[in-house]
Amino acid sequence: MAEPLLEVKDLKVHFPTEDGLVKAVDGISFSVSSGETLGVVGESGSGKSVGFLTVMGLVTSKQAIIEGQVIFQGQDLLTLPQDEMRNIRGAKMGMVFQDPMSSLHPFYRVGDQIGEAVRTHQKVSKKEAAEMAVDMLKRVGIPRPDERARQYPHEYSGGMRQRAMIAMSLVLNPDLLIADEPTTALDVTVQAQILDLIDRLREEFNAAVVIITHDLGVVAEHCDDIQVMYAGRIVETGDAKDIYYEAHHPYTWGLLQSIARMDVATDRLRPIKGLPPSLIQVPPGCAFNPRCPYVMDICKKERPELIPSNGHHASACHLSLAEKERIFHEDVVATS
Amino acid sequence: MSVETTSQPAPAPQDGQSPLLQLVGIKKWFPIKQGIIFQKAVGNVHAVDGVDLAIYPGETVGLVGETGCGKSTLARVVMRLYDATEGQVFFQGQDITGLSGRKLRDIRREIQMIFQDPYASLNGRKTVGSIIAEPYRIHKTVPTDKIKSEVQQVMELVGLNPEHYNRYPHEFSGGQRQRIGVARALALKPKLIVCDEPVSALDVSIQAQILNLLEDLQAEFNLTYLFIAHDLSVVKHVSDRVAVMYLGKIVEMATGDTLYQNPKHPYTGALLSAVPIPDPNLASQKRRIILEGDVPSPINPPSGCRFHPRCPRAQLPQCSTEEPELTPHHPGQVAACYFPLQDRAIMAAAATPAEGDTGSEPVQS
Repeated sequence: MAEPLLEVKDLKVHFPTEDGLVKAVDGISFSVSSGETLGVVGESGSGKSVGFLTVMGLVTSKQAIIEGQVIFQGQDLLTLPQDEMRNIRGAKMGMVFQDPMSSLHPFYRVGDQIGEAVRTHQKVSKKEAAEMAVDMLKRVGIPRPDERARQYPHEYSGGMRQRAMIAMSLVLNPDLLIADEPTTALDVTVQAQILDLIDRLREEFNAAVVIITHDLGVVAEHCDDIQVMYAGRIVETGDAKDIYYEAHHPYTWGLLQSIARMDVATDRLRPIKGLPPSLIQVPPGCAFNPRCPYVMDICKKERPELIPSNGHHASACHLSLAEKERIFHEDVVATS
Repeated sequence: MSVETTSQPAPAPQDGQSPLLQLVGIKKWFPIKQGIIFQKAVGNVHAVDGVDLAIYPGETVGLVGETGCGKSTLARVVMRLYDATEGQVFFQGQDITGLSGRKLRDIRREIQMIFQDPYASLNGRKTVGSIIAEPYRIHKTVPTDKIKSEVQQVMELVGLNPEHYNRYPHEFSGGQRQRIGVARALALKPKLIVCDEPVSALDVSIQAQILNLLEDLQAEFNLTYLFIAHDLSVVKHVSDRVAVMYLGKIVEMATGDTLYQNPKHPYTGALLSAVPIPDPNLASQKRRIILEGDVPSPINPPSGCRFHPRCPRAQLPQCSTEEPELTPHHPGQVAACYFPLQDRAIMAAAATPAEGDTGSEPVQS
């Protein structure tokens, strides 16, 4: 495999607060290659958004303690000065946020906002930038793009706004697109359109895509690799088939069992008991141990590392591999 | 199953069982006004445009549809928070459409609601105890000195610690707040609970906890739910029957399994095929019906079948001139379509492409 486009090594993002140190991201490592889609799954507060905001250089709090390395095209982004980072962000890395209404400026025409992104990074005339904006709106499937470019965000529907956001983040042909819950605010039919669009554009531009979501269905359909996050750490990573057919971490099992599914009749959902931990007081040992049905003594003392089982499927759990396979097939698959 | 297309004033009991709630020809239009001094109506938003629906005691009826299809408006008409423009709401055989004052209050005791956003629907300045006690104070079903013990009982029932009686909503997590909402709805021992997107603001693992709680409560108190959500997987899981709404009308209704296996209305098919399935192999077999464009404006709904401008199966001129009525298909299934989908049109057992319904994203480049 070629050199990965983005490689994150032992990234930690901690925020000191009056109540204590918030360990939002606590040592994550992964890589993404061009043309690949990485799915990041986790509940609120698992650190998935903060992790990628750090990659984008958007965690600007002066108090934040950031450690580790974010290597993008051979450069460590964490050591770059702000102005060089600004040249990369937008031009080489694009980001799509969850709520398209609050991430578009309500006072400016959509076309102008996209054009602004172009003019920030390239020396082009206003007219050229406007043409590029219209062309990009057309490529993301907005009908009558020249008319639409002159409209304001409030004249767009939810799905259209998200398309406009995608157009804005792709107009400079970035190598990496980070989509943070891109479809959470949208209806299913629109969600399907947007995800297909991201898929198609990834092929067209040969970009790497990261989809951050809490929806296991979305990642199953659109991602090559998946990583499951819990309390600031990656607890399991692998390709889609590993995660759905050979899951090895009790938290992943819990997620798979607690979702209602269209395709299978489930009598009763099996929720994960308890609540996600506070990131100030993460339980000692494995962070999932208070909620884990298979907890052992060692889980409360020693933090499990992410250990590969085969290929790049890895999980951070003290259970033995044979035990994990047995539980997954007997308890998880058989009953869900 | 009784979705009647006639607007008879008297609800007709079917199968010997009379419905707990029956909606007959419900329309809710919101006038659009123009003018500063002399306001005149220049049009109407047809939010709900002729809905017939019967809900029987002890069952859960799911209501799905996209944003703006009128599902929340319908819920508010049922709650009598909006007055219907046309049509009648029967509760236990009694017409409650025109009730007011005391009689309305008596009915409200029987019909309660759980809201979507547990952060916005609880008063942040009141303690949990007084939030849950409010229904008792208003309806005076319990003597004042017994209220506290009643409230603590209800709290225990929904899985809240009764010792947290004096805490404020902000001290609770999202899932616990939704439990407070459930406790408040349950306080007066209602017969019908309208759940408007009760879990869509919650994390997946917490969603499952709330859904299980709702199920347990239903079994214990023989509750009837009208369950509104845009998440089809959740609706299918909780509901006995599911109604699909599009632009103010019910276009299809069936049991969850029938609907999933054999959707008849192309809109239902499109909705189902858009739901991501958490199973990579199955997901790749699924046949997709991709809808183009957005839901049309409910101010001027399309003529004939409202879905025809986006429908991959529409045949003109019939679909654009005549409005299809709900006709029976499988047992318990009705759909309003002239050219219904074949059985197993979405999740085919063998992957054979069907004519005309495999669409792809409109590429314009």
